[in-house]
Amino acid sequence: MSVLVYVEHAEGKFKKSTFEVVSYAKAIAQQLNTNLVALAIGNLSAEQLSNLGTYGAQKVLHVNDVQLGTFNAQAYTSILSDAAQKEGATVVVLANSFSGKGLAPRLAVRLKAGLASGVVALPTLQGAALSVKRTAYSGKAFAHVKLSGSINVLALNANAFPVSEQQVSAEVISLASSAKPTDFKTSVKEIVRASDKISLPEADLVVSAGRGMKGPENWHLIEELAESLGAATACSKPVSDAGWRPHEEHVGQTGISVSPNLYIAVGISGAIQHLAGVSSSKTIVVINKDPEAPFFKVADYGIVGDAMEVVPQLTAAMKAYSQNG
Amino acid sequence: MKILVCISNVPDTTTKITFNSDNTEFNASGVQFILNPYDEIALSKAIDLCEGGKGTITVIHVGEASTEPTIRKALAIGADDAVRIDAAPSDAYFVAYQIAAYAKDKNFDMILTGRESIDYNGAQVAAMLGEFLDLPSISIIKKLDLNGSKATLSREIEGGKEVVEVDGPFIASCAEGVAEWKIPNMRGIMSARTKPLEVLAAQSLETLSVVEKFETPTPRGAVKMVDAANVAQLVDLLHNEAKVI
Repeated sequence: MSVLVYVEHAEGKFKKSTFEVVSYAKAIAQQLNTNLVALAIGNLSAEQLSNLGTYGAQKVLHVNDVQLGTFNAQAYTSILSDAAQKEGATVVVLANSFSGKGLAPRLAVRLKAGLASGVVALPTLQGAALSVKRTAYSGKAFAHVKLSGSINVLALNANAFPVSEQQVSAEVISLASSAKPTDFKTSVKEIVRASDKISLPEADLVVSAGRGMKGPENWHLIEELAESLGAATACSKPVSDAGWRPHEEHVGQTGISVSPNLYIAVGISGAIQHLAGVSSSKTIVVINKDPEAPFFKVADYGIVGDAMEVVPQLTAAMKAYSQNG
Repeated sequence: MKILVCISNVPDTTTKITFNSDNTEFNASGVQFILNPYDEIALSKAIDLCEGGKGTITVIHVGEASTEPTIRKALAIGADDAVRIDAAPSDAYFVAYQIAAYAKDKNFDMILTGRESIDYNGAQVAAMLGEFLDLPSISIIKKLDLNGSKATLSREIEGGKEVVEVDGPFIASCAEGVAEWKIPNMRGIMSARTKPLEVLAAQSLETLSVVEKFETPTPRGAVKMVDAANVAQLVDLLHNEAKVI
């Protein structure tokens, strides 16, 4: 018996969300009184791999060959399912990331496993079954799902479980790929990552703005505030629909759901669809010139005022704070 | 070209989500149900690809008879025919299994879904279909171009995009941006009434996940207002009280 965690990386580097997933999987391994095995695919340094022991992985399996440098849902499924079976895993944990969403469902079918995605808390054990809390209705609710597979797959949301260090010595083992030649029906032609931007789904801090900004020409105010905080930028649906900002910044029921520590909403009225996408944020700040804006009802802090005046002042105050702090 | 688009029937995005008294079931009374917005985007993309008689579009839905208005909506937007698998969609595994059972001998060139349903948010059906049908699946795409049998897709990744090429049949789940929304016109609405809608029995299947109960998020405390003339106080509160910066 064991718990297997798939450790995702971007071009050879683990991100905070990966350490969250490992910490979460470690906590489950402790609940089940068993070992944690991590599995990494692709180009990674020995140092990166053994560092997973910091978060409690006793064993780190590493699979790499020339075909595995980029994500391939079918090949990665073959490798993960093979490892899960060999390690006798009863729980497999992944990030509910973009790649995780391509991988977890295939893996669940391959392993005939129960699957819960969008998981936000540790499971409770019900005999051999697990009960897990996951988001539902696009952030408007949570569902407690009972998984009764002999093996179950959990895909954990970003920012849902804290990173926790539990140093053990990790044994790194290189494995040959168990992918089949027929797995390689897709090929990655290009990867474009905006290196100067903070990834919105994983961001700790988010500055988001709506139609109250009046037009795309005023967005530099939002970008400057985000920069002063080290935050990602986001927007409301009307703003992305109008083409002021790209679709990937649209937060809400039909866009991205975020759960940062701090969500600052500027000039967004707070339609129910938008609130759904931000309800699991830890702290919400609303800046709006309309004191009746519904967003204030779900905010922790509010400022009634014109965004064009308040935002630059807030940026200046943030800069002063970070210089002194 | 034959395209299959998978659609689900979900509460309208403006719905206030409530549950029955023991929190085991969604309270559907008075709720307007709609075609899942992401599935509508997938259907819109299929219509673009088939424009000028280049192909046919079948929509498939797993649901009970009460969901037929949503299927007719998809036909009004532009699907050629529809299939309804007559069963409550208990979980993604069940839904994907039913769709795969239907699609396995139909030689679709591509199967499109929405990136996720806005009620269950599993984002699971597309990749599960890929596994059941042993086809490549590309989840959460923002762009799809065809060149003969080759498709080039751009899928979302954290902080960027990945461009993927696939030759031959595939499955993809569609996000906003992949196509413009299509609004049904009067001719579409009229013809939707007479387009074929086949109802098929579901295959029986043991599912491994069941929702035991729901809960709604705990409400926040009262909002603390800060004077617009004193934004430094907000910075102080975020640091010392909320401890988020």
